[in-house]
Amino acid sequence: MADMAVHGMAGEFEPSLFGTYSKKIGMWLFLLSDTLTFGALLFAYSYGRISNPDWPTPFHKESIINATIMTACLLSSSLTMVLAVLAARRGDKSWTRNWILFTMLFGSAFIVLHGMEWTKLIEEGMTPFKNPWAATVPQFGATFFTLTGMHMLHVTIGVIYLGVVALRKAFLPILLAIWALVFFMTPADNVFHYGVHALLVGVVIAAVILFLKPKDYDAHDVEISGLYWHFVDLVWMFIFPLVYLMSTRVQG
Amino acid sequence: MHTVAGHHDEGKSQYFWVWGGLLLLTAVEVVLAYKQVFQPIQMLEALMILSVIKSALIIGWFMHLKYEIAAMKWVMMVAVCICLCLMCVFFADAFRIVHLGVK
Repeated sequence: MADMAVHGMAGEFEPSLFGTYSKKIGMWLFLLSDTLTFGALLFAYSYGRISNPDWPTPFHKESIINATIMTACLLSSSLTMVLAVLAARRGDKSWTRNWILFTMLFGSAFIVLHGMEWTKLIEEGMTPFKNPWAATVPQFGATFFTLTGMHMLHVTIGVIYLGVVALRKAFLPILLAIWALVFFMTPADNVFHYGVHALLVGVVIAAVILFLKPKDYDAHDVEISGLYWHFVDLVWMFIFPLVYLMSTRVQG
Repeated sequence: MHTVAGHHDEGKSQYFWVWGGLLLLTAVEVVLAYKQVFQPIQMLEALMILSVIKSALIIGWFMHLKYEIAAMKWVMMVAVCICLCLMCVFFADAFRIVHLGVK
């Protein structure tokens, strides 16, 4: 195609890379680059874990149950996302939207449960610079909050992305309402009182996309958003055992 | 919304099986960790093996890489695996600190 445009030569269209559409290749390449970002964070966490015999084990039974439910939420959200992709391929608009909404529900449950876990750890005295369990291992808080915070940000972006695909402009007032609800309902000293402003950034970006390039998202778009969502699930499959299960406190 | 023509024929049931398998593997991980079946290094190895199996299920079935052409599978997976393996070079230093201390 490029030959024809540049050199005026008639010819066949270039076959697409890997025999699939370019948006999908683009998303795969982005996910591969994001794998390296999370890979670096996970390797940094593991480096600290191996090189510090005094690494704290703050996650007791309650935290492990909470993290296991969070894992189940993400795995279930992946199933509902696949069902949305299948519905989109059939051209079933109604069930595509419904399954995406279920996926967003599971994703939101994950964020809320993770927020509760963070709040509890912060109340126990954990910050990015210190932790109450092992003063000689200050990097525990830094690596924990960076890794899980980066993942939570990805889940949040994923929920907004799916909301835009499923509801388009109707999602913007819903997102604004959620932002207002969380901002006014959380105490001013809670980390999520300020963290929720990420939703405002999401509203601005989603509005720019929806108003500048309005479109009816098709089955390809649903499949691509699904790729992103499964990737978020995939990353958690490594964070859960490395961060939580390797720091399980059996007694106490 | 238009349908995507030419896609492989696939039943829903396989995705429910994969989902069940993933939940089961997660339960095994939790039991292994909470019962402290292995020493930390062996535990890390066991958990990572289970995580790699879970990732393969997610990438293969949920992300549909299983149904893509062989060239795409190899280019994507080999590239990312090589990059991640290169990061393992740092672990040698982590073991050095444990055995020799910070110098």
